[in-house]
Amino acid sequence: MSKKPVKATKKEVETTGHSWDGIEEFNNPLPRWWLWTFYVCIAWAVAYSVAYPAWPLINGATPGLLGASTRADVAAELKRYADANGPIQAKLVAADLTQISADPELAGFSANAGKAVFNTWCAQCHGSGAAGNKGFPNLLDNDWLWGGDIEAIHTTITHGVRNTTDEDARFSQMPAFGKDELLEPAQIEQVVQYVRQISGQEADADLATEGAVVFADNCAACHAEDGTGDRAQGAPNLTDAIWLYGGDVATLTETVTNARFGVMPNWNERLTEADIRAVATYVHGLGGGE
Amino acid sequence: MGLLDKHGVIEKNATLLLIFSFLVVTVGGIVEIAPLFYLENTIEKVEGMRPYTPLELTGRDVYVREGCYLCHSQMIRPMRDEVERYGHYSLAAESMYDHPFQWGSKRTGPDLARVGGRYSDAWHIDHLTDPQSVVKESVMPKYGFLMNRMIEPTFIEDRLKTDALVGVPYTSEMIEAAKADFAAQIDPDGDYEGLQARYPKANVSNFDGKPGISEMDALVSYLQVLGTMVDFSTFEPVASR
Repeated sequence: MSKKPVKATKKEVETTGHSWDGIEEFNNPLPRWWLWTFYVCIAWAVAYSVAYPAWPLINGATPGLLGASTRADVAAELKRYADANGPIQAKLVAADLTQISADPELAGFSANAGKAVFNTWCAQCHGSGAAGNKGFPNLLDNDWLWGGDIEAIHTTITHGVRNTTDEDARFSQMPAFGKDELLEPAQIEQVVQYVRQISGQEADADLATEGAVVFADNCAACHAEDGTGDRAQGAPNLTDAIWLYGGDVATLTETVTNARFGVMPNWNERLTEADIRAVATYVHGLGGGE
Repeated sequence: MGLLDKHGVIEKNATLLLIFSFLVVTVGGIVEIAPLFYLENTIEKVEGMRPYTPLELTGRDVYVREGCYLCHSQMIRPMRDEVERYGHYSLAAESMYDHPFQWGSKRTGPDLARVGGRYSDAWHIDHLTDPQSVVKESVMPKYGFLMNRMIEPTFIEDRLKTDALVGVPYTSEMIEAAKADFAAQIDPDGDYEGLQARYPKANVSNFDGKPGISEMDALVSYLQVLGTMVDFSTFEPVASR
């Protein structure tokens, strides 16, 4: 039993004239708003391709009437800020390093610009609060490996420490006393106890007495006879309670056995002199500056 | 409208429809893709680009395997904030030997296009082993296990040949020396002149400070070369693009 096919009742709508197995296709017009939006989009595309870089040709793409270029834009924006900061940066570069913090204008600029530089480039190792990490010195205290006056800090930031990319980098190398068999394991044990003794920690007195001899023969040349270190060689003061890697027996043994070789990049290739001076002033002003 | 009225012919013949659809799509492809192969300004000439050393290439494979690209991009865009934070914006030439490139689009972590030389090897080891030990705010997972995964350059020649096949200029000399170069790069006390002659400015260092070659060595060697190859002192940007 089959019903008669339902006939289209909307006679006012034309069909396309197509007939597929008896099925006809209405030719409903597109909504006006849609059609006009579509035309506007086409017009926009044509205008856009004329105004902006678009069509690839044989030797290059059409540049567009507006001359748009992201490279030119970023260059212009960088220049705008460089120009705005230009006078004070020039003054900062021209100033005597020791006088920067005395000049209110330069000190204020350095504190802010230096903090921005620090957070971008230094915080990953020295911590966002500059308190350092194991192997990366705390910059808040008054214990300095290579010197804590503004000029020493400036030199350290400029050339870095023990890197291979700047010939003027600060350099020193602790011998690996254990690994290279310069000391017997027993001697290392003794000297570790001695270092714990002079740094005011709990130590085995007998071993420490033996260790004092080992220290005088092997360590005093750099760390000084009294263990207070030598900034010319970046040799840490061993008599205070401040440790770069740790003052417990295990860490000290590891340090004496394999030595440490802390590296800091030279920033003269990545930062401008004004930026380096700003961040040096900022670090100097954190509390430990001399 | 004589021709348009004949569209029924295409609609009733699947093969013909396929052929014409393909032709239409081809036009789009030719206009959008083909110019990239002949326009000189697609990849501008820069000085300093070299293929990765065998160790760096292996580290790069570790980088891809661990999905670093899911959180780290390698594409400094030409915008002031990015240029000031990461350095000079990336150039197409800097990833011309990357297969596949690691531009990425997700930045949970910072962009790594110019991370090379920015931190010490020791920092990378500390940071990969326990990111929060150096950057407390970090949400990066720990990758300390890389230090325990020792690697042999068993297939390194094939690896280089594969890249050579898709256009990386590895010479036959480089491929022959691949195994030796692989080991030479982590031995600062050894003879690495050949390595640095083949791959200028390659960093030679026992990256993880431990004996043997681990995936950590390879990964850090790769990170330390990122963005350091191009000599920007001789680079003049063409502003018109």
